[in-house]
Amino acid sequence: MVQEMAHPFSKYLRAEMMPHIWCPGCGNGVVLNCFVHALDELQLDLDKLVVVSGIGCIGRTAGYTNADSFHTTHGRALAFASGVKLANPELEIVVISGDGDLFAIGGNHFIHAARRNIGIKVLCANNLNYGMTGGQQGPTTPLESITTTSPYGNIEHPFNLVHLAAASGATYVARWTALHVRRLTQSIKKMLLKKGFCFVEVLTPCPEIYGRYNRMRSGLEMMEWFKRASVVESFTDPSKAEISPDRIPVGEFVDLEKLSYERMLHEKISKINEKAIEGVG
Amino acid sequence: MSKAKLTLTGAHFLNGDVACAEGAIAAGCRFFAGYPITPATEIAEHLSQRMPELGGIYVQMEDEIASMAAVIGASYSGLKAMTATSGPGFSLMQENIGLAVMTEAPCVIVDVMRGGPSTGQPTMPGQQDVMQAKWGSHGDYEIIALAPSSVQEMFDLTVEAFNLSEAYRVPTLLMADEIVAHMWERVVIPPWNKIKLVNRKKPNVPPEKYMPFMPDEDLVPPMACFGEGYHFHATGLTHNEHGYPQTSSSEVQSRLVNRLCDKILKNADKIIRVEEVMLDDADVVVVAYGIVARAALSGIRKAREKGIKAGLLRLVTLWPFPEKSVAKIAKQAKALIVPEMNRGQLVREVERAAKETPVVFLSKLGEEPHTPVEILDAIRRSR
Repeated sequence: MVQEMAHPFSKYLRAEMMPHIWCPGCGNGVVLNCFVHALDELQLDLDKLVVVSGIGCIGRTAGYTNADSFHTTHGRALAFASGVKLANPELEIVVISGDGDLFAIGGNHFIHAARRNIGIKVLCANNLNYGMTGGQQGPTTPLESITTTSPYGNIEHPFNLVHLAAASGATYVARWTALHVRRLTQSIKKMLLKKGFCFVEVLTPCPEIYGRYNRMRSGLEMMEWFKRASVVESFTDPSKAEISPDRIPVGEFVDLEKLSYERMLHEKISKINEKAIEGVG
Repeated sequence: MSKAKLTLTGAHFLNGDVACAEGAIAAGCRFFAGYPITPATEIAEHLSQRMPELGGIYVQMEDEIASMAAVIGASYSGLKAMTATSGPGFSLMQENIGLAVMTEAPCVIVDVMRGGPSTGQPTMPGQQDVMQAKWGSHGDYEIIALAPSSVQEMFDLTVEAFNLSEAYRVPTLLMADEIVAHMWERVVIPPWNKIKLVNRKKPNVPPEKYMPFMPDEDLVPPMACFGEGYHFHATGLTHNEHGYPQTSSSEVQSRLVNRLCDKILKNADKIIRVEEVMLDDADVVVVAYGIVARAALSGIRKAREKGIKAGLLRLVTLWPFPEKSVAKIAKQAKALIVPEMNRGQLVREVERAAKETPVVFLSKLGEEPHTPVEILDAIRRSR
């Protein structure tokens, strides 16, 4: 007799949204997988979880996660999420988005959310280009990479996201690749348990789009690059964590405690509110 | 008990921005996100002081794009939420006003209009954003826009804007101008429990049966909020009643877009408010809104003193456009006069509704609004 078996993680996903839109060899599935493992290992209350994303391939993750979820306009996930976190600080807000969404069109929101230290947890899938629109050069594209809008080689210096997040005030900063599933899951768990603004970058293979122009036509080839070039350099100087063809510094770079914005805000509101009520007797 | 005393009530001498802020508080707004801009800054300043007293949230975002996004986030978290700005900021908000339309997030946007385009005239009044209010974001959609003519209305219409936004799950715009925002007048505020408030409909089905974008008969879907256990999805993409993206279906797209428009247009008679002054026998009618309507009122009174049958149709609601009111009065009048502080925006809608009746447009740019004498002269000329 054949028994119907539910996938052990099916409660975390919306089956009706499957199949997902991602290409063969894409690393976004790994990101979602590690996220779901982290949720499961922590036994997080799904009723109190809100997954917010912007636009792009990884932006569909919000729709795939079986919690409250919101798919915002391009670049605005963090600004939207700020409104949610301030309005209801009891909610756990995770922003899952891409490098273009978070750091080009949404760059301003990122640095200010980090500066305020608002308790939002950011999981960034960095695929080094704009995948959904067919592979254009973006804020993390390595120098001299070929993309559909840098056909002669990219001449823009890419962001070092670890350095940017650390300098902007994030209380937890880590970088892994889609190859580092266990350590990535640990980092996601760690950031979910922290109170302030947290940032985890995941370098993801994009063989169909980025890889095909840059001599890494399969997901395996991109993973081999990650394997060859990754060096664990935890808690070293974030400014030195630049990604190059020969060297991908990974690890945890920042882990500190700082009062979160929503806590400072709501403590202040409580005091002022109490005083105002006393004042009118 | 405390709420009674923490909200303002009774007669006060206020400026328009402050009256608007107090109107928001009276309406139950407990979240404000904004960015400083003349001539709307006093709304933010006042709320930065008042919100914490009421247990509400004031946050200054990094720009108006973020302010509008944060307002939608707060709205989806169950709070009544607002932002306030002027032309340059209003332009930046258009992107996420579209998102609020698409995800049916109740929220209020105050645009204190100044002179444009671009940075324009920060400290001068204007009415140059009234078409942008309707058409500023891309795609087909309907919003509600109101135009206050007095400091009292800066209070009253802010309350009404919240009620309409909650009832129809639509961003509602208060299209004020620099004069109503900065002028000081007497405002009478009823006790908090005498102010009629509307709250969004909540789902009355268990989470597994809830479809976040399945409308009731009034075309408005009940709204669950984050953290209530419904596990719903909302997106700016074209979506079905489950909230799931369905971007290649013409059927889903037309069903969604038509409903988003129809929930406003089919309820237009309930939404629209106009003020009719001395229209019964009027053969010249001034159609005006905002601060300009005050000069128009004075203008028609002067005309009446001279034996001219002049009247005023004041548009309190700008969008959905009060077509029926204009069409009705156009049948009776020999001419309609439309004074606006722009190069001719709402006059186009008036012309459309007036059909054969001649419409005279009076433009003002970059200065104080029309004087009563200028309105009177136009009335005389158009007879």
